[in-house]
Amino acid sequence: MWQAVYVELKDQGFEMVAVAFDTAGTAAVEARIRCADLQDRPPVLARLMGWSDDLWARQAPPTYPCLIDEGHVVAELYNMRNVPQAVWLDEQGRIVRPVESAGTYDMVPHMNRETFEVPDAAAAHGLEVRNNYVDALRDWVKNGAASRYALPPEEVRRRMQGPKADDVIAANHVRLGRYLYSRGRLERAKHHFNEAVRLCPESWNYRRQSMMLDPERVGELNGGPDFFAAFDAHRHLPYYPEADLDKTGG
Amino acid sequence: MNATTVIYDERVTPLPRAERRGASLWLSAADMQTATGWKLEPQGLCRGDACVRVDKAWCDAEGRIDLMAFARHMDQPVTDDDGVVAFGESVNVRRDALFSLEGPDFSLPDLDGVMHSLSGYRGKKVFLHSWGSY
Repeated sequence: MWQAVYVELKDQGFEMVAVAFDTAGTAAVEARIRCADLQDRPPVLARLMGWSDDLWARQAPPTYPCLIDEGHVVAELYNMRNVPQAVWLDEQGRIVRPVESAGTYDMVPHMNRETFEVPDAAAAHGLEVRNNYVDALRDWVKNGAASRYALPPEEVRRRMQGPKADDVIAANHVRLGRYLYSRGRLERAKHHFNEAVRLCPESWNYRRQSMMLDPERVGELNGGPDFFAAFDAHRHLPYYPEADLDKTGG
Repeated sequence: MNATTVIYDERVTPLPRAERRGASLWLSAADMQTATGWKLEPQGLCRGDACVRVDKAWCDAEGRIDLMAFARHMDQPVTDDDGVVAFGESVNVRRDALFSLEGPDFSLPDLDGVMHSLSGYRGKKVFLHSWGSY
């Protein structure tokens, strides 16, 4: 898990910062992040997420900063469309890897939707994707700019997706929707999140947030029929495009 | 006249003296500065290093500024709902910021309410990753 990776790398001039896109704020995040039964989480989740036995065994509640982003502000600034995604910043605060899936392989097409079990071949691929990504991160922390995974500026720009005109309008609906949610104006808040989804259908963050924008469902994982219906209906949109760890790109 | 609340980037300001009239939102120069950070100076509306020359069409006889007209000029998204008006940043500003490769800065609270800024981690490599509880 990321905490295990953090413990391993934190004394090498490295910081890990997590940002939770959650309009319900601390209430939504707290239950998840400080769960007491971390060690009891079923191994099926490790297979689903591609975590190695080694990292899974070392999982622990995070000690790195876990920030709450009720307004999905970082998603707008960095044009993040799903979670988990990551960006790498060097010591000067410059982007050396643009936003990409943080070692996540898209398991939804492979998984059993009731048990979350995945077939061996998919699990093996997920494990490989995750291991390669974590190894790339280790390599960068060790070697800095000399790492083949720290991309030159022109390659970062080539891979980077900038916002489109509708994306900033969608983000502004979220800005207003988040305020209305905080004032208890739930129906209007939902309207604006739905507008954001309509304007920026590529954003799984907005879609998943809009489905869970309900005080009754705070902290609940949206892994039921509603989510799968939405997933199936938008299969043409990228979900977890695999991070391209080949420097030259493809 | 109902009070208007302006959300400008992440700043939320109730403006009891602002006046909605048609497609306009008239603010005193003082309210403009409080709500948006743009200050009326002799050379125009200024914030940080940037100054924007004021168009006469945005001003009225009382020296107020039409924030809606200013936002249109700045190509900012404007979203309005029953007395609450949100203003974002233009797509070009967002895009240029990202493509400059200087990671856009932000300040957010952690679970205990302590604020953290990305710029506070200068001098270290930062792995910034996102997640959600949903």
